[in-house]
Amino acid sequence: METVILFAPLVGAIIAGFGHRIIGDKAAQVVTTAMLFLAMALSWIVFLGHDGQMQQIEILRFIQSGDLNTSWGIRLDRLTTIMLVVITSVSALVHFYSIGYMAHDENFSEEESYRPRFFAYLSFFTFAMLTLVTSDNLVQMFFGWEGVGVASYLLIGFYFRKDSANAASIKAFVVNRVGDFGFALGIFGLFMMTGSIQFNDIFAAAPELAETTLTFLWRDWNAANLLAFLLFVGAMGKSAQLFLHTWLPDAMEGPTPVSALIHAATMVTAGVFLVARMSPLMEFAPDTMAFVTFLGATTAFVAASIGLVQNDIKRVIAYSTMSQLGYMFVAAGVGVYSVAMFHLFTHAFFKAMLFLGAGSVIHGMHHEQDMRNYGGLRKKLPMTFWAMMIGTLAITGVGIPLWTISGMPIGFAGFVSKDAIIESAYVGTMGGYGFWMLVIAALFTSFYSWRLMFLTFYGEARGDKHTHDHAHESPMIMLVPLGVLAIGSITAGMIWYGSFFGKQNEVIKYFGGHYTAPAEELAKEVAANNPKASKLKYVMEDAPGEAAIYIKPENTVLHEAHYVPTWVKLSPFVAMVIGFLTALWFYIWNPSIPGRLAANQRPLYLFLLNKWYFDEIYDFLFVKPASMIGRFLWKRGDGSTIDGMLNGLAMGIIPFFTRLAGKAQSGYLFTYAFAMVIGIVALITWMTLAGGAR
Amino acid sequence: MLQADLTIILPEIILSIYAMLALVAAVYTGKDKAAPMLVWITSALFVVLAVWIGMNGEGSTEAFGGMFIEDAFSRFGKVTILLSAAAVLVMSQDYMHRRGLLRFEYPLLVALAVVGMMVMVSSGDLMTLYMGLELQSLSLYVIASLRRESAKSTEAGLKYFVLGALSSGLLLYGASLVYGFSGTTLFAGIIEAAQGDYLPLGMLFGLVFMASGFAFKVSAVPFHMWTPDVYEGAPTPITAFFATAPKVAAMGLFARVMHDAFGGMVGDWQQIVALLAVLSMFLGAIAAIGQRDIKRLMAYSSIAHMGYALMGLAAGTAFGVQAMLVYMAIYVTMNIGTFAFILSMEKDGQPVTSIDSLNLLARAEPGKALAMLVLLFSLAGVPPLVGFFGKFYVLRAAYDAGLVWLAVAGVVASVIGAFYYLRIVYFMYFGEESEGLDGGKSAMLSGFLMASAAIMLIGIVNLFGIETPAAMAAAQLVN
Repeated sequence: METVILFAPLVGAIIAGFGHRIIGDKAAQVVTTAMLFLAMALSWIVFLGHDGQMQQIEILRFIQSGDLNTSWGIRLDRLTTIMLVVITSVSALVHFYSIGYMAHDENFSEEESYRPRFFAYLSFFTFAMLTLVTSDNLVQMFFGWEGVGVASYLLIGFYFRKDSANAASIKAFVVNRVGDFGFALGIFGLFMMTGSIQFNDIFAAAPELAETTLTFLWRDWNAANLLAFLLFVGAMGKSAQLFLHTWLPDAMEGPTPVSALIHAATMVTAGVFLVARMSPLMEFAPDTMAFVTFLGATTAFVAASIGLVQNDIKRVIAYSTMSQLGYMFVAAGVGVYSVAMFHLFTHAFFKAMLFLGAGSVIHGMHHEQDMRNYGGLRKKLPMTFWAMMIGTLAITGVGIPLWTISGMPIGFAGFVSKDAIIESAYVGTMGGYGFWMLVIAALFTSFYSWRLMFLTFYGEARGDKHTHDHAHESPMIMLVPLGVLAIGSITAGMIWYGSFFGKQNEVIKYFGGHYTAPAEELAKEVAANNPKASKLKYVMEDAPGEAAIYIKPENTVLHEAHYVPTWVKLSPFVAMVIGFLTALWFYIWNPSIPGRLAANQRPLYLFLLNKWYFDEIYDFLFVKPASMIGRFLWKRGDGSTIDGMLNGLAMGIIPFFTRLAGKAQSGYLFTYAFAMVIGIVALITWMTLAGGAR
Repeated sequence: MLQADLTIILPEIILSIYAMLALVAAVYTGKDKAAPMLVWITSALFVVLAVWIGMNGEGSTEAFGGMFIEDAFSRFGKVTILLSAAAVLVMSQDYMHRRGLLRFEYPLLVALAVVGMMVMVSSGDLMTLYMGLELQSLSLYVIASLRRESAKSTEAGLKYFVLGALSSGLLLYGASLVYGFSGTTLFAGIIEAAQGDYLPLGMLFGLVFMASGFAFKVSAVPFHMWTPDVYEGAPTPITAFFATAPKVAAMGLFARVMHDAFGGMVGDWQQIVALLAVLSMFLGAIAAIGQRDIKRLMAYSSIAHMGYALMGLAAGTAFGVQAMLVYMAIYVTMNIGTFAFILSMEKDGQPVTSIDSLNLLARAEPGKALAMLVLLFSLAGVPPLVGFFGKFYVLRAAYDAGLVWLAVAGVVASVIGAFYYLRIVYFMYFGEESEGLDGGKSAMLSGFLMASAAIMLIGIVNLFGIETPAAMAAAQLVN
C-alpha cells in the first residue's frame, strides 16, 4: 500500500508527461488527478490505521559503493504518515482545483498543450516530496529534496515566456543551492562520523556524536552541534528562513495552485520535517537548537513585518507562509517537535486554502493581483469570501482561550497549534526573545490577514471598473477543494490536539515511543523551576531513533508548556484582537489612516515595502561580484585565453606544421634517404652525449 | 634432434613448400586463371595454420640451438599475422580480379612474405632475424609494384626497395657491431654480454642502428617517409596488406630483439623508442590533416598508430608488451574494416580515393556510413569503442613505467589526430551536395566492414578475451 502511495504520482506524471499526445489533454489531467486521489485515500487509511510503530519497507537497492549502502526504502512511522496525508491531500485537491484554474491561461495560446505539462510537474513534485518524507536514509531523502527543488524550479518558471518567471525560478534554484550545500556537507559529515547514512545507525550514534569533536574550517567543533547546524542550513534554504528566504516571495510567479501546494503546504515545510526527523540528533545539539529558535523567531517577526505593507495578494500570503514557518522552527528549536509537526499539519490546511482562495479571486478578477484594485468583492465572490474568511480565522488564531471541553481547546486549527507554539516558546526560552517575537508576529499576522480580507472583500470597488463588472465566482471544480480544506482548517486543531500537544504520555505514545517514570531528581528540578506545574510523571524511555521523534528525558518543555502563566496563554489572543481592531480601524472605519501613516513614517514604510532591502543587499554583495567574476572569466578567461589559444593552435600552429610535413614529403628518394640519415645521426649523437641511460 | 627442430618449424615449412609447389604448378597449368583458386587455398591455409598454431602451441621451446624460438609471444604474433593476411587476401580478390591485377604470383608472394614474418617473430638469432626480414621485404617490394603498367605503382615499389635496402644496411651494420662487441649472434648470448651499467659504446651504436632498421619497418618517424608514397602508389588491396600483417611482424620483431637481446639495457633503448613514439604520434596526427587522399591519410594514420604501439614497447615492462600486442591486434582489426570500406569506394567502376567523394554518403548508404563512423571513432580512440581501450592500455603502460610525459603527449596527439577522422565523418553526414560514389556493392567487403565495426562495439565487453593470451605472450617474452 505504501509503495502504491509513493509511486502512483510518478506513474501519473509519466503518463501525463510522455503520453499526453496519445491520450490527450483531458485524459492526462484526469489520470494524474485520479492517481493523486488514490494516493490520498490510501494515505488516510495508513494514517488512521497506524499504531505508531515504525516499519521499514525495502523497495530496491539504490547505491552500493564501499561502505555506502543505500537502499530505496520506506520508513513508515508517525512523522511519515502525517506528511503522507498532508502531501497527498493537498496535492490531490490542488490537482482537482487546477483542472478549473488552468482551463484557460492567457500565457499560452489555445492550441498549445500546456496543461499536461503542468499536471505532470505537479505529480512529479508529489512523487519527489513523498520520496523525501518516506525515506529511511539521508541519500534517498536528498534525492527527494533535490527532486522537489527541480519540480519547484520547473513550476515557478512555468510561464516561461515571462522574464520575471524565469528569473524567479533561477533565483529559487540558486538560493536553494546554498542551503543544499550545507545539507550535503551535513550528510557527508554524518557518513564520515558514523559510517552510515541510515537513520537508524545515525540516531543510535547521536549520543556518541555529542561527545566527539570534529575539525571543520580550521576549528574544532562539537560534532553533533556542527552536523545538526549543517543540516539546518539545508532546512533554512528549503523552508525560506531568514537569509535564505529571498526566493520564496518571488516564487509567487508560478501559477497559484503551485504556490498553494509547493510554496505553502508541502515543500517549504520539508525543512521543518527534516529537523523533526533528525530530532534524535537535534536533542544532542543544544547550541544549534538555540540558533534554530533564534532564527525561527526572527524570521517569524521579519516576514510578518514585511507582510504588513505588501500589496500583491499572493505576496502577502507568501510572507505569511514564511512567518508561519518561523513559528514551526521555534517549536522545533525549543524541543517540542510534535508541536512543530502540529502547526505544519494545520498550517497546510489553512494556508493551502488561503492560496487557493486567492487563486479563486485572481481567477475571478482576470489575473489582477494588486489588492489596491480589489474591494467589495464579497458579493461577487461569495463562496470564495467565506472560504477566505475561514482561512483568515484559522491563521489569525481565533478561538476561545482558557476554556476547554474535557481537555480539548475550542478554536480554529491555527488557534490551537499557534498557542501551543507560543506557550512552548515561553517555557523553552524562559519568556525571552523567541516568545516575544512570536507574540508580536501574531499581532502582525492578524493585522495583515484582516487587511487582506478588508481590502479584497469590503469597502468600495477600486481599480479597473471593467474588471470589476466582469468579476465572477469560480466554477464548482475550484470551490470544492476550498470546502474540503475549510473542514480541515476548522477542525484539525481540535481533533489532533491531544495527539500532538496533549499530556506527555499521550504524545510519546502517539509518536510510537514508550514512557516511563522520570528520575526523582528530574521531577524535583521541574517542580522547583515551575511551582505551578503538576508533577512530571512521564518521560520517554526509548533510545534515540526507536520512536518517530526523540525527546530527551531532560527535555520537559512539553510538560511545562501546559502550566504557563495565564497572561502567557492569553497573549496570542490579545495580540490577535489588537491586530484585528487595528485593521478594522485602518481599512473600514478610517481608510485614510494607512496613507497618512505611510507618508509620516516614510523611511519605515519604504524599509518594510522593500522587504528590509534584502534583495538589494544580496545583489550588491553576491550577485554583482559573481556576475563580474563570471563576465571576466567568460570574456577574458574563456573567450580570449582559452578560445584564443585553441584557435591559434588549431588554426595557426598545427596547419603550419601540416604544411611543413607536406613539404618535407617531397616525393624524391634522396630527401627520404636524407631524412633517415639525419634521423640516425640525431639518435647516435643523442645516445653518445647522453650516454644512454646514464 | 633435427626431427624435433623440424617439428617446431613445421608451419613455416608447410607454408614454404606450399608456396613453391603452387608456384611451379601454376606456371605449368593455368597461370593467372588459377589465381582465384590460389587466393582461396592460400587464405584457407593461413586460417588452418593460425588455428593450428593457436590451438597446439604450449610453453616455450627452441629449435636449432636457440636460433628459432617458439613461445606464446611468437604464437600471438603468428596468429595475428596469418588471420589478417587471410582477411586481406580474401578482400582483395574481387578488386584485383576486376582490374586485371590478379596474377597467380600475388597470393604466393603474400604466402612467402608471411613465412618471412613468421620467422621474424620467432627469431632467436641475428641470422634468423635477417633471413626472415629479407624474405618478407623482398616479397613486399615485388607486390608493391604489382601493377607494372602504372608509373605510380612501380615508383612506389622502387622507392620502397631503395629505402628498404638502406634500412637493411643500417640494420646489418648494427647487427655486426653487436656481434663484434658480444661475440655471438644468439640473442641469448647478446643479453648476457649486454648487461651492467657500463656498456661499450659500440654496443650502444649497434642498438641504435638496429632500432633504426626496425623503425623503418614499422614506419616510425623519421624513418617513415616511404609510407605515404607506397600506400598511395600501391594498389589498394596491397596497401591494406602493408598496413596490417607486416606491421605486426615488424613490431613483434622490434619487441623480440629489444627484450630478448637487449633486455639488460632497457634504460638505453627506452629513450630511443619513446622518442620514436612521440615523433610518430605527432607527425602522424599533424601531417594527416593536410591529406585529401584517403590512402595517404591512412598512411599517416598508421604512422600515428605505430607511435602508440611503440609507446607500449617504450614502457619496457611486461605490461607494456601486453599493451602493445593488444593495441596491434585492435589496430589490425580496425584497419581491415577501414580498407574494406576504401576498397568499396568506386565510381563508374574506377576506384576513388579522394575523401571529398564521401560527401553525404550517409544519405546514399546509411548502413555503410554508420559502420565507417564507428570505425573512425574507434581509430580516433573515442570511448567506449574498442580503439579507446587500445589507447588506454598503452597510456597506462607508459604511465606505470614512469613515462608520464609520453602518456600526456599521446593524449595531446590523439586529440589533434581526432580531427581528420572526424572530418571524414563530417563529410559523410553533413558534407556538401556533390556527385557521390556508386557501385561498391560487394557483399564480401560489406561483410568485413560490418564485422569490423561490430567488433569495435561488441569488443568493449571483454575485448574478446584477447588480454589473457597477450599477457601470457608478454610474460614469456620479458622473462
